[in-house]
Amino acid sequence: MTPGRRLLGYLLRYRRSFVVGFLCVIATASIGLASPWVLKHAVDDLHAGATADKFRFYAAALLGLAAAGGVFRFLMRRIIIGASRGIEYDLRNDFFAHLQRLDLGYFQRHRTGDLMSRATSDLSAVRSMVGPAVMYTATTSLTFVVALMLMISIDAWLTIIALVPLPFVTASVRYFGEAIHRRSEAIQQQLSEISAITQEMLSGVRVVRAYGQEPFEIERFRASNEVYFTRNRGLIRLQGVFNPIMGLLMGTSALLVLWLGSREVVAGRMTVGELVAFNAYLAMLAWPMIAFGWVTSLIQRGMASWKRMLEVFDTGPAVTDADATDAIPDVAAIRGEIEFRHLTLAFGDRVVLHDISATLPAGTTTAIVGGTGSGKSTLLSVLPRLHNPPPGTVFIDGVDVRHIRLAVLRGAIGFVPQEPFLFGASLSENIAFGWSQPPQDPDGVESAAAIARLDTDVRDFPKGYDTVIGERGITLSGGQKQRTAIARALAVDPKILVLDDALSAVDTYTEEEILRRLQGVMRQRTSLIVSHRISTARGADQILVLSGGRIVERGTHDDLVTRNGVYAELHRKQLLEEELAAS
Amino acid sequence: MHDEEVLGKAYDARLMRRLLEYLRPYRRQVGVAIAAIIGHSIFELAPPYLTKLVIDEYIPAGDLSGLGAVAVLFLVTLAGSFALEYVQTWTMQMTGQRIMFDLRMQVYRHLQRLDLRYYDRNPVGRLMTRVTTDVDVLNELFTSGVVSVFGDVFTLVGIMGVLIWLDWRLALIAFSVLPLIALITQWFRRHVRDSYRTVRTWIARINAYLQERITGMATVQLFRREARDFVEFDAIDRRHRDANVDSIFYYAVFYPAIELVSALAVALIIWIGGGWVLENTLTLGSLVAFIMYAQRFFRPIQDMSEKFNVLQGAMASSERIFALLDTPVEIVSGGSAPRNVDAASRNPPYVRRPGPSGSGDSPAAGPGAIAFENVTFAYVEGEPVLKDVSFRVEPGQRVALVGATGSGKTTIVNLLLRFYDVQQGRITIDGVDIRQMDLRELRSCVGLVLQDVHLFSGTIAGNIRLGNEDISDEAVRRAAEAVHAAGFIDRLPQGMATPVAERGATLSVGQKQLLSFARALAFDPRVLILDEATSSVDTETELLIRDALKVVMHGRTTIAIAHRLSTIQDMDRILVLHKGRLRESGTHQELLAQRGIYHRLYELQFQDRSAA
Repeated sequence: MTPGRRLLGYLLRYRRSFVVGFLCVIATASIGLASPWVLKHAVDDLHAGATADKFRFYAAALLGLAAAGGVFRFLMRRIIIGASRGIEYDLRNDFFAHLQRLDLGYFQRHRTGDLMSRATSDLSAVRSMVGPAVMYTATTSLTFVVALMLMISIDAWLTIIALVPLPFVTASVRYFGEAIHRRSEAIQQQLSEISAITQEMLSGVRVVRAYGQEPFEIERFRASNEVYFTRNRGLIRLQGVFNPIMGLLMGTSALLVLWLGSREVVAGRMTVGELVAFNAYLAMLAWPMIAFGWVTSLIQRGMASWKRMLEVFDTGPAVTDADATDAIPDVAAIRGEIEFRHLTLAFGDRVVLHDISATLPAGTTTAIVGGTGSGKSTLLSVLPRLHNPPPGTVFIDGVDVRHIRLAVLRGAIGFVPQEPFLFGASLSENIAFGWSQPPQDPDGVESAAAIARLDTDVRDFPKGYDTVIGERGITLSGGQKQRTAIARALAVDPKILVLDDALSAVDTYTEEEILRRLQGVMRQRTSLIVSHRISTARGADQILVLSGGRIVERGTHDDLVTRNGVYAELHRKQLLEEELAAS
Repeated sequence: MHDEEVLGKAYDARLMRRLLEYLRPYRRQVGVAIAAIIGHSIFELAPPYLTKLVIDEYIPAGDLSGLGAVAVLFLVTLAGSFALEYVQTWTMQMTGQRIMFDLRMQVYRHLQRLDLRYYDRNPVGRLMTRVTTDVDVLNELFTSGVVSVFGDVFTLVGIMGVLIWLDWRLALIAFSVLPLIALITQWFRRHVRDSYRTVRTWIARINAYLQERITGMATVQLFRREARDFVEFDAIDRRHRDANVDSIFYYAVFYPAIELVSALAVALIIWIGGGWVLENTLTLGSLVAFIMYAQRFFRPIQDMSEKFNVLQGAMASSERIFALLDTPVEIVSGGSAPRNVDAASRNPPYVRRPGPSGSGDSPAAGPGAIAFENVTFAYVEGEPVLKDVSFRVEPGQRVALVGATGSGKTTIVNLLLRFYDVQQGRITIDGVDIRQMDLRELRSCVGLVLQDVHLFSGTIAGNIRLGNEDISDEAVRRAAEAVHAAGFIDRLPQGMATPVAERGATLSVGQKQLLSFARALAFDPRVLILDEATSSVDTETELLIRDALKVVMHGRTTIAIAHRLSTIQDMDRILVLHKGRLRESGTHQELLAQRGIYHRLYELQFQDRSAA
């Protein structure tokens, strides 16, 4: 389907509005065109000498026309622009819903700012195209055609004379329109250049200061600023000419009509009233001629923006329910046994996981240990299919995760990411984030918070669990954020609990406390814990040591310590660190 | 994001006065623009009057040559109008651009001087908005706002004058609708302002929600929040739509209402004026001219009402810009050498390093002895990161700072370069308190090599000499060769002239390190500060770096935050920082023998790397 047709689909939802709106456009334009006609009669009657009653009639007619025209103009604007706001609303909702279906990889490849600008400024350009642009196109073209016909009916020859400047108007609108567009783009480009220089300076401010580069940076900025100035001058030069030229061309029409028209009146081929009405119609033509150029640019920009939005709409989600079966119908049916079977995963050419095989029996705890970049987080992320594992590599209760519906799969997993993302809402809303309803009973929230050892902190918060966190509320410490994320994962009562280095910002004492409390709840769940602390891994049923995307050691804590490998070395260092912290 | 959206009042006398200050240097241009606007308004008044002349004088007389004369007169006003409009647009827009240029430079210069504390508090994105968007919003105020309001006012006054001159009785009748206009405009302005605010609030909510959900999409999906989030988003989106529909209402009422009043004026003119025409106390031409003027009368009123939002946005932007410009700079050059960046920037070329003939206490000329005396410092009040730290580094001595993360190593570097000022105690270079020195001289005698190498856009050579034109191509070359960077540079397609991609994306970590060594060497500082990178590089590069470091440190007082065992072993002395205090000091061997903190740190941080 062409982009235009896809947009049409959205327009059609409001077809009633558009039909009624167009009827109002017709009414508005016709009523507007009737006034000069009344004026013509009034002037002619005055010229001939009429009775005062007639003027009262003309005055009332003018007022009546204006009132009726006003009502239709009001309706026209309200209905058509209102519909465009409706379309904007539909599009934004659809856009958001589409984003929700896209996979993690997509958000890693695209900058948030870029997606935001498509949902805001691009959408607003599309809105201007389906609203104001449509409305003005309709009114102006209708006014143009009808006014022209009325002018011809008054005096065909004078109409042709009046239209002499028209080709020049069209030509200059086109010429200047394009040139102005080009120069505006160049200016926008230079503005990004200025932003880039500023960004570079701001992020490297230490180097700039240390090397005394301030004058140089200022000079660099000045040079860029000067180019910006020069480019703007080029645009102003055009704009400075464009507007007066339009005035000149329109004025020339008026001049020709007044000069030649009055000669017609003198020659008796035209009445004074007709001349006045003709002038009035000519004034009505001026606006459509200018508006066409403006509307064209609205449509061009709108289409460009719409295509940018379609790029997002056309990206299919990589993680879907396409292969889902009913092998596991709902969350309650999950026991929690996990198996990785020869799992190899690559991002592009970069292989991050090599032939990982492991079985995690239901209800056991597995710790994953390894250095930065060893693939620990990636291994966890395939389980809820944040990254899609290849078919036949990751199983829950013997069923390929790709065969489990996403809602069921993710509903069974309580995931605590490495850098927990909390939302700008109250603490209880954050903890109850995974609930299908906003939190009503405080028990669930509070018991989850207690296990995560957040309860003591909450007592100091101004509004307890109703305290808003984030930019508009209080700022949580790194450890508090992690503990909130743990509470959030526990609150969904998951069958499988995944902690991705979730206690790194928590002190050792608190960590042990949390682990002790977690032990109670972990007994009924399968747990996967990534940690850089041996103390966390120590109690696990099995420990997997990852290095370079491979499992290099596996076993229990005691096994691995005696083996004198990577794990044992890690263990030794940890003890040293503890000693250091104590000194 | 949120503070960007707050809208203050539309007119603030204090802000306005300060803004008008920027117009002062351009008062001639502003004068010309205003004169042009007045002239233009006068010319625009001509056509209805010419029409009157035609209808009253020349048509009844059948005077064709008179009609020709009117046409010529018409042509003259058209030409005059054309010229004056051009003059006005050109002078005013150019003045606007010049002011924006000045303002941008002013903001940027101030950013160069602001304390790093300010940078800690304000994210880069926010500061960028000041330099770009906020300044541009102000531009609109100068170009389309202030000046065209002048034009509108003159057109209004002009039309009123002509009407009174033509026929004062009919003029009074036409003016009788003005109170209605005032009421409608008042009503419109009040509601549009409120609904504009409401719309901005909801747009801000949409942006905030989108930003948050896009950033946290993984969490949303993990917790199956899609449906609930959609409901939440839909509610905000709907409120935004409704707020917009409300504002359409005001616009939809306003335009037809003004037009209705205009029609009322025309109807009154025809009704009453028509009677006078019949009584021969008014000419037909005057009546027609009246009708034409009445229709032109309402356009400027509409225009002015629409300027309101421009004014409001500009006030908000200027408030933010002025807040930045008013932020005081605390870290400035000491009294002995009052010089500042502003003055220097106007005098290129930028001779940065004073010659050896500098004054006696000039640090650049001194041998480079550094002393910390009982230094205490906190970024956040009540949480000191350095506590009573004292040490001396003799000229030419090489010292390593060692400690766990958060022990205060980087802070020492920050204080020595006066990115921050000490809160207690003092730091001296060659016996002079660094707070007494000229900032530029202080920093010119110190070379900084940071672990996160910051590359600027430009060429490889440009990244070595930075803005210092005194460093010749040859010197750049020598520096690159000395630190073994020449090897990889020569393999690049354009050698030294190869452009560096955004933040050096095409260079490896090791190559960037070597470049930063070349940079430090080219600047030839007395004191070298090195914050060594922790990231690992391949063995070959490791050896190159190790060798290059020796070259750079040669003959300089060096303070290094070291992460490589090789670097540590090359040092004359090692200072061990622990929890903000200086705990141990000595050579590598001495400290190892102590079996204290250093011993443990050594095993933790360095032993691995020695094996590699």
